[in-house]
Amino acid sequence: CTKKLDQLPYVQETSEVVYTDPDKVAGALAKLYAGYTLSGQDATDYPDISTTDVGTSVYLRLLWEFQELPTDEAVIGWNDNDLLSYHNLSWAAAGYYNRIMYDRIFFEVAACNEFIREVKAHDYSKFTTDQQATIAQGVLEARFLRAFAYWTAMDLYGNVPFTTETDGVGAYFPKQIKRADLFNYVSSELRNLSDSLPTPGATDYGRANQGASLALLSRLYLNASVYTGTDKYDSCVLYSNKIINSGWYSLNNTYANNFKADNNTSPEMIFPLVADGTRSKSYGNTTFIIHSEVGGNMNNNTAPYGIASGSGWGGMRATKAFVNKFGDPSGATDKRAIFYTDGQNLEITTITSFTDGYAVPKFINLTSTGAAGSDPTQTFADTDFPLFRLAEIYLNYAEATLRGASNGDNALALGYLNALRQRAYGNTLGNITANQMTLNYILDERCRELYFEAIRRTDLVRYNMLTTATYLWPFKGGSSTGTSVDSKYNIFPIPTTDLIANPTLVQNTGY
Amino acid sequence: QAGKVKVSGQVTADTSSADGISIVLQSTNKVIGKTNASGSFQVNVLANSTLLFSKSGFDNQTFLVNSDTTLNVALHPFTNIMPEVVVIGYGTAKKSDLTGSIVTVSSKDFQKGSITTPDQLIAGKAAGVTVTSNSGAPGAGSTIRIRGGTSLNASNSPLIVIDGVPLDNNSVYGASDPLSLINPNDIASFNILKDASATAIYGNRASNGVIIITTKSGTSGRLKVDFNAVLSQAVKRNEVKLLNGNQIRQIVNEKGTDAQKALLGTANTNWQDQIFQKALGGVYNLGISGGIKKLPYRLSVGFTGQDGILKTSNLKRTSVDLNIRPTFFNNTLHIDFNVKGIYMTNRFANESAIGAALSMDPTQPVYANNTLGGFYEWTDGNGVPIQQAVKNPLAQLLMYKSTSVVRRSIGNMKVDYHLPSLPELTMNVNGGYDISSSDGSSFIPEYAALDYQQGGSVTKYQQRKTNYVFDAYLNYKKYFDKIQSNVDFTGGYSYQEFFSGAPGFNNTNVAGTVLSTSIADSSRNVLLSFYGRLNYTFKEKYLLTATVRRDGTSRFSPNNRWGTFPSIALAWKIKEESFLKNVNAVSDLKLRLGYGVTGNQDVGSFYPYLPIYRVSSNVAQYVFGNTGYYTYRAEAYDPNIKWETTASYNAGIDFGFFKNRLTGSIDAYYKKTSNLLADIQTAAGANLSNHVLTNVGNIESKGIELALNAKIVQGNKFNWSVNTNVAYNNNKILKLSNVSDSTTQGILSGTISGGSGNSIQIQTVGYSLNTFYVYKQAYDKNGKPEEGVYADVNNNSGNLFYRYKSPNPKVTLGFTSNFDYDKWSLSFTLRGNFGNYVYNNVKASGDAYNSISNTQGYIGNANRDYLHTGFTNSQYFSDYYVENASFVRMDNVNLGYDFGDVFNHKARLSVSGTVQNVFVITKYTGLDPEVYSGIDNNAYPRPRTYSLGVNLQF
Repeated sequence: CTKKLDQLPYVQETSEVVYTDPDKVAGALAKLYAGYTLSGQDATDYPDISTTDVGTSVYLRLLWEFQELPTDEAVIGWNDNDLLSYHNLSWAAAGYYNRIMYDRIFFEVAACNEFIREVKAHDYSKFTTDQQATIAQGVLEARFLRAFAYWTAMDLYGNVPFTTETDGVGAYFPKQIKRADLFNYVSSELRNLSDSLPTPGATDYGRANQGASLALLSRLYLNASVYTGTDKYDSCVLYSNKIINSGWYSLNNTYANNFKADNNTSPEMIFPLVADGTRSKSYGNTTFIIHSEVGGNMNNNTAPYGIASGSGWGGMRATKAFVNKFGDPSGATDKRAIFYTDGQNLEITTITSFTDGYAVPKFINLTSTGAAGSDPTQTFADTDFPLFRLAEIYLNYAEATLRGASNGDNALALGYLNALRQRAYGNTLGNITANQMTLNYILDERCRELYFEAIRRTDLVRYNMLTTATYLWPFKGGSSTGTSVDSKYNIFPIPTTDLIANPTLVQNTGY
Repeated sequence: QAGKVKVSGQVTADTSSADGISIVLQSTNKVIGKTNASGSFQVNVLANSTLLFSKSGFDNQTFLVNSDTTLNVALHPFTNIMPEVVVIGYGTAKKSDLTGSIVTVSSKDFQKGSITTPDQLIAGKAAGVTVTSNSGAPGAGSTIRIRGGTSLNASNSPLIVIDGVPLDNNSVYGASDPLSLINPNDIASFNILKDASATAIYGNRASNGVIIITTKSGTSGRLKVDFNAVLSQAVKRNEVKLLNGNQIRQIVNEKGTDAQKALLGTANTNWQDQIFQKALGGVYNLGISGGIKKLPYRLSVGFTGQDGILKTSNLKRTSVDLNIRPTFFNNTLHIDFNVKGIYMTNRFANESAIGAALSMDPTQPVYANNTLGGFYEWTDGNGVPIQQAVKNPLAQLLMYKSTSVVRRSIGNMKVDYHLPSLPELTMNVNGGYDISSSDGSSFIPEYAALDYQQGGSVTKYQQRKTNYVFDAYLNYKKYFDKIQSNVDFTGGYSYQEFFSGAPGFNNTNVAGTVLSTSIADSSRNVLLSFYGRLNYTFKEKYLLTATVRRDGTSRFSPNNRWGTFPSIALAWKIKEESFLKNVNAVSDLKLRLGYGVTGNQDVGSFYPYLPIYRVSSNVAQYVFGNTGYYTYRAEAYDPNIKWETTASYNAGIDFGFFKNRLTGSIDAYYKKTSNLLADIQTAAGANLSNHVLTNVGNIESKGIELALNAKIVQGNKFNWSVNTNVAYNNNKILKLSNVSDSTTQGILSGTISGGSGNSIQIQTVGYSLNTFYVYKQAYDKNGKPEEGVYADVNNNSGNLFYRYKSPNPKVTLGFTSNFDYDKWSLSFTLRGNFGNYVYNNVKASGDAYNSISNTQGYIGNANRDYLHTGFTNSQYFSDYYVENASFVRMDNVNLGYDFGDVFNHKARLSVSGTVQNVFVITKYTGLDPEVYSGIDNNAYPRPRTYSLGVNLQF
C-alpha cells in the first residue's frame, strides 16, 4: 500500500518522457530560443525566473535596457525599482534589474546545459537517421545559444560563475571563471560551431546556423582587448570576411525594413530573435521596444506604429547627443534618422517626462507594405529582433581594419562604410573619403546605423567612453550636462543575491 | 410494591416547554418516566435511588429519593461555557482531562447575523485564532491563522477536518473560498487544536493547528422542526476620499496642457456611487430532527442568496445535510453517517472596477451616446477606446459576466464497535469523501471598451476534485484499581488521497478567434499514516498524554517521504489536591505542559522532488521558419526536499473561580520551525531557475494567550456574561539561507500596484515576516512630505531602503458580551488588532499629479490627500504610506426577543435584529485597516449589514 506514495504527474512530463520523444526534444530545444524572448510558459503566467513582474524579466528586454539605457542613445522615464539608475550610471549590486538580467542569463545557461546533458544521456539509435540528425543538430544549436548567453555574461559582468553540461542540477556552488578564460571558452565553442552548424540555407529561419556563429565571433574578437587585454583584430577581420564573402547575406535596400513586422524576409538578417503576435507573445521582446517608443502625442494616432490606439507605454527617448549625430534629424537626408519630434523637446529636463527628448519609433509592428501585424489586438509584435545583421559585420570589419588588423583592407573597409551611407542617403552624397574614415567616425556611424539594437554600451566601453569625461551626454552620471563616473561602471556588479547564494564568488572591483 | 416510594412533582425548564422530559433511574440508566404536557410527573422507585432529569440543551439535575416525595425540578440551559466533551483527533476527550491547548466554540457562541461562510462564525471568539475576511464579496472566505504563521512559502492555513474528513487547503475553481461551500447553519461546533500536544496526532499537516468542525446531528426523541430565516441588507460603510469634478477642473486648468484642458468634461460624477449598491440577502434553513426508534436523524435544507455591494456580484447556495446515527446489536455497534450536498452558483463582479472608480475622471458623465454600449469611454479621434485609458467603471461591471456553478458533496460513515466480550476495546472505522465539480465562464461583448481591441472575450474553465479518506483505529480504555490508574490507548492507520484535475480551454474573442489556451492541470497527493496515543491518568489528578504519528506523503522522494512526529503533555489537576479541595473560591485549577513536533507537507507543488518539464501554452511557442513549436521547460527542483518541522512548547493554566462564574485559561507558547521551506535564490548556474523551493531556514514564534469567561450577573431575569480573549504573538526569522545569513539582503515580497514589479516587503533574518521595506520620508516644517526627499537611515547612499514595521498584529483581542433580561437578549462582539501596519497602496497610487495627468490622451483622478502632499510623481516607496492600522471593530450587535411558546404551546418563536460591521475605530486613513497581507489595494470593501432573523421551532 505504501506504493501509493509513488505519484507521477499527469499533465506535466518528467525528463524521461521528454527525451524519449523526438517531438518533445524539439520542444525542449525551442525553449532555449524562447528563453531569449519570452517570459515563461505563457504570455504572463509560469515565468522562467522569479521576479515581481514577468514582463520585465525577458532576456531581450533586459539586454536592451542594459546596452541602451547607460548610453547616449536612450533614457527611460519609468520609476520602476532601480531602472532610473541605469542611465545615471549609478546602479548597485542589490538592484532589482541587475539581479534579473544576471538571473536571466544563468537561466539560459542552465537550460542549455540541461538539454545537452539529457540528450547525451539518452540513446537515440532506434530513431530514424533524420530524427537522430535533428537531435544532434539541436545539441549544436544549444551550444550556440549557451555561448551567446556567456558572451552576455562576460560583456556585462566580467568574471562569472561557470557551468557546463557536465555539472549537474543541485545546490552546489559553481566556480567563478576569469573573463579572459570565459572568452577563450566562448571563442573556442564558436569556432567549432561555425564549421559544424548547418549553413543558413540548410536550416529553418530562426535557428542558429554558421552565420550566427561567425557573427558572434566577429563581435567577440572586435572586443577582445576589453575581455582579455589582448587585441584580436585579425580574427575579427577573418570571421567578418567569412560572413561577407559567404554570399548568404546582402544589405536590405530600405534600412527601415529591417525593423518591421516582416523583417524575417530581410536579406540582411543574420540571426533574429523571433517574435510572433499570435503564437509567441511576450511583453519583453520587440513588443516592449515598439510600445515603449510610443508616448505623448503619438498616442493620439498609433496607426503608424502598428499598435492599438493609445497603447504606447511612454518609455524611452533619445538624448540630444544622439540626435545630434545626425546633422539633419528629420530623416530627409539620412533616412536612418527616425525621430518623432511633434510635442517633444530636444532637451531633457525631466527624465520621467516622456515629452523631454525625441521619441524614436525605429521598430514598428507594420510590414514593409504597411500591413498590420498578425495579433488582432495589435498588442503583440511580429517584428523579429535582429541580434546580428550584415551592417554590423561591415562596421566590425572597418573598425578592426582601422585598428590595425594585418589582414584588413582599407579600401574594402571604406567601401563597406559607404555602402551603408549610400543606402542611408539613397545617393552618394553622404559618402565619405578615406581621410574621413577615423575611429571616432566609425563609432558615430555605428550609433547612426545600429542605435536601439542593444550594442551601444559595448561600443562605448571599447572606446573607453562609457565612464570617462572624453564623451559626455545629458544625464550621464546623473548630471543634466553629463559627468564622468567611476570606471567600475564599465561592468556591472555580481548581484548581491548570488554573492549570498554562492559564497565562493568574488565581487567585481569597486563594488 | 415493597420498598418502593412514590415521587411526583413539577418540572420547569425556564421559558421552554417541559413536556416529555425524561426521568432516568441513574443506577440502570433506564428511562422510567416522562413529564406530561404541563411538566408534571409521577414515578415509583426503590428508596435510595437517584433520579436524573434530563433535557437536551439543559443541564441535568439529580435527586436522591428516600421516601415519598414531591419534587419541584427547575432545569436550566447549559451553563458551562465549554461542553463537557471535546472532539480531538481520532476520538473525544473530557474537557477536564485535556492536556493540550484546545478551544471549543459552539453554536451559542457564534458570531450572529447574516453569515455566509463558516469561518466568519468564529472571528474573535478564540484566543490566538485570527480570522481575517478576504474581502466583502459574497462567500469570499477568510484567512485563518492559529498562533500566527510558521512558514514562508508553504501553507500557513490550519488543517480543517469536517466530521472526520480532512480537507485540502487548495482553492475550488468557481468558488471564492472552499469553505463557502459549507452551510454555516449546519455547524454545531469548532474545536480548535492549538498546541503540538493536541495536534501532533495529525503529524505532517499539524504545524498550523487543526480545526475540527462538527456538524449538527440527530437527537432521539420526537420530531422537531427548526426553521430560521435571516433577511439582510448590506451597504457600503465608507468610501475613498477623492477629488471631485470641480477640483479636477481647477487643477487641470491650472497645471495642464491645452490638450488636457480640452479633455475636461462638465460632469461631477462620483464613480464610487456608481459601482456600489445596497445589497439584499436572505438565508433560510429548515432542520428536521428526531429519532425513529433507535435511529436518530437530522435532515436540513438551507438556501442562501446574497448580492454583493459591488454591483453584479451574487451568490446562491442550496445545501442539504443528512445525519443518521443508528445503533445495532444491543448498543455495541454505533454508526454515524453524514452526507452533505451543496449546489452553488456565483456571479463574480469585475473587481477591477473598484480601482477604476478611483482613477476615472469625475468630470466625465456615466453614459454617452456611442457604440460602446452607451457608456462614456475615453476614445481617440476615430471613436476607438484608448487602450491604456481607465475604462468606465460601471461598464466594467455591467458588461462583464463571469459566472460559475459548483457542486460539492462531503460525506462519511463512521462505525464504532464495542466487543461485547472485551468492553474495554472499541474498534472504529471511518470512510469519507469530499468531491467537487466546477464549471465557470466569462463573457465580455466585442463592443465593450474593456477588451475592444481583441474583440471581446470568452473564457471557460472546469475542475473536478476528489478527496477520499479511510481511517481505522482501536481504542483500549481501562481503569486499574490497584494502581489507581486509567489507561486509554488509541492506535490506528489512515489513508488519504487527493486528486485535482482541470482541462485546458481556448480563450477566444466573441468572433471565436483563439487568443490563448489555458494550461491543463492534474495532480494527485497521497498521505499514509500510522498513529498512536496514550492517555494515562494517575489518581485522577496527574495526566499524561503521549502521541506519535508516522507519516508518509507522495510529495517527497522515497528517501524523505516518511517522518515521525511525537508529542508529550502533562497535566496536573491542582484543584483535586487536598490543599485546594476545600477552598471554595477556587472551583477549578489545572496546570498543563506540552511539547511536540509537527510537520507541514503542504508546500504548494505536488512533485517538487522530480525533474519536471512544463509544456508551454499556445501563445508561448517559438517559431522556426513558419512552424510554431510548443516549448518544454525543465523546472527547477530540489531532489532532497522534505517537510518543515515545527517544535513547540506550551504551558497553560486552566482556572475557575467562584463556582466557575469566572473561568478561563492562560497559555504561553514557543514555536520554532526548522527546515523552513523557502523559495530562495539559487546559486547561478547550479539549478534550472533563479529560485527553488528548498529547506533552508528557521522561524520562531512566541506568544501568550488569555481567555476569560465571566458570568457577571446571574439572576432570575437579568443575566450578563462576557467572554474576552487577548493574545500576543511575535514572530522572527532566524535563518534564511544554507550558506550565510547576511542581514543586508533578504527575499523581497509583497508586490504592489504601481510601476512594474515593485514590492514593498522583505523577509530578513532578525525581522518579522513581511516587514515593510521602504524609504524614510522627510517632511518640511509644516509636516508636509517632501517629494523624493528621504533620510539615509542606513548610511548607505546607494540604498535608501530600510526595514519598517510589519503587518502582523502584536496583540489581538476579542470581546463578547451577552445581556439577557427576561425575554430580551442583547449581545455584541468587539474585535481588535494592535501593532499591525498596512501599506496604503490605494493612497500611494493616487496621491500625485501624475495620476491625474498623463500623455496618453485621457485624464485621471487623484486621492484627496494630493491636496496635502502636492506630489508630482507617485512616491510608492515612501514610508508615509505605511500606516498604523491598529483597530477595534464592532463585528456585530444583536438584539433578540424570545416569544417563548406560541400557537398554543405548539411552537416556539424568537426574532432578532443584527447589525454587522457596526463601526471601526482606527487611525488608518484607508477604507478598512484589516488587511491580512498588509497591502491595501482596491479591496472589495466589507459592507455594513443590517439583518432581521426569525426562528421558529415546533
